[in-house]
Order: sequence, then C-alpha cells, then structure tokens
Amino acid sequence: MSAPRIGRTGRARPLSGGLDLALWYLMRLTGLGLFVTALAHYTIMHFIYDPAIQDADWVAARWSSLGWRTLDWMMLTFVTFHAFVGMRTVVHDYTKGGLRTALTMLLYLGAFVLFVLGTIVVVTLKAEIPA
Amino acid sequence: MLLRYRGSEGMLAWAFHRISGVAVWAFILLHVLDIWLIGANRELYDEVLKIYASPIGRVGETLLGAALLYHALNGLRIIIMDFWPATTRWHKQLWYANWALFVIIGLPIAIQIMAPAFGFKPPFGTAS
Repeated sequence: MSAPRIGRTGRARPLSGGLDLALWYLMRLTGLGLFVTALAHYTIMHFIYDPAIQDADWVAARWSSLGWRTLDWMMLTFVTFHAFVGMRTVVHDYTKGGLRTALTMLLYLGAFVLFVLGTIVVVTLKAEIPA
Repeated sequence: MLLRYRGSEGMLAWAFHRISGVAVWAFILLHVLDIWLIGANRELYDEVLKIYASPIGRVGETLLGAALLYHALNGLRIIIMDFWPATTRWHKQLWYANWALFVIIGLPIAIQIMAPAFGFKPPFGTAS
C-alpha cells in the first residue's frame, strides 16, 4: 500500500530528500516565524490602530524606527518564501509537464520581484520623525 | 457531502488550509505592492488606503484576518502532529480546539474592525 498523498496531518515529510525535504522543513520554520510576526502585525495594524489613520506619513513615521524596518523586512522574507513555496505545492498538485514548469518559473519570478520591491521600499523610504 | 467525503474533519482542515493559504497569498501580492507605492507614488497610496478603510474594505480586512487566523492555528496543529506524531490520534480534537480559539480570538477582532463601518467607535479603543 502506498502512503496517501494527502494525509490527515500536513503534507507527509518527503522521503526523496533533497530540495523537497529542505522546503518541507523551511515551510514549517517560516510558518512559525509568521505565526509570531504576521499575527502581531495584523493585531497592531487592525486591532490596536485603525487602518483609517495609516496614510503614507504614518508609515514613514513608523519606519523612523530601525527596529520596525528590520522586523518588517524579516516578515517580508518569511512571507515571500512561505507564500510562494506554498503556491508551488498547489501548482504541483494540479498540473504536470510543461504547464507545471512554466507556472513554477512564473512563481519564482513573482517571488523575486515582490521581494525586491518590498526590500526597496523598506530600505529606501525616507523616514519622517513625527512633529 | 463535504463531511462524508474521505477524511471528514481531516480533509476539511486540509481544504480550508489550502483555500485560506491561496487567499492570503493573493493579498500579500497586493499588500507588498501597495506598501511599495508609498515610495513610488504617495498620493496613490493614500487613495488606496481610503478603499481599505471603507466599509467594503473592512469586510475584506475581516475576511483576511479570518483566513490568516485559521491558517496560523491549523498550521500550528500541522507542525505539532509532524514533530510529535502521537498527537495525530487527536487530530480531530485539535481541529475543534482550533475552531474554539478561532472564535474566541477572532470575534472581538472582527467587532473592533467592523464597528466604524456601522458608525460605532471601535469598542476596544484605538491607539493614535
């Protein structure tokens, strides 16, 4: 009997080793990272503060803190990895052959572009010290 | 039908995890781009923010929070079972515990976010 492809737990630990096993571990590691950073981020931005006040000046003032910039960049790193590797799993479940290759490459490209855009803004945005 | 098909709770937990994951992925695309706009076009960002803070935007925000919270709690359940296989025996109970936490944590947050859309102040107060 072959092991079920979709278990009642998460995806079974890949037996093949190599890239898929590394990704399996990294999905869990970044998942834990996001459990802390993304849930804290959502709570701060939507529960503690109201989004209505969060205009460009507000974000720039928040980023006068190097600590917030660092945390936000870490979250960006976790989320680009976790979201795009997750989408890779979805694509690999439902496609094969040339379409699978094309979509996977598109995901890698998308992850790269998003990570670069996010890094540019978090590094280069001019901070404003609130008056 | 859904509850009878193959793995019952286990399959539903998996399906919701996948659906919420794809939904959050789609929002992440949007969210990194909108924050990138602050550097590229501040006025446009402030316009986008008005959509986020509108009543329909708040519904979207609440749904985003629901997807995020489910995915986070169920993700933790997956990690626990992956690294402590004996707990797989209780996978249904863990899933129901997830839903209990989902309601207890999620409900106050949903009320806080939706209150301004109905003309009320956020009941838990907001920082400024």
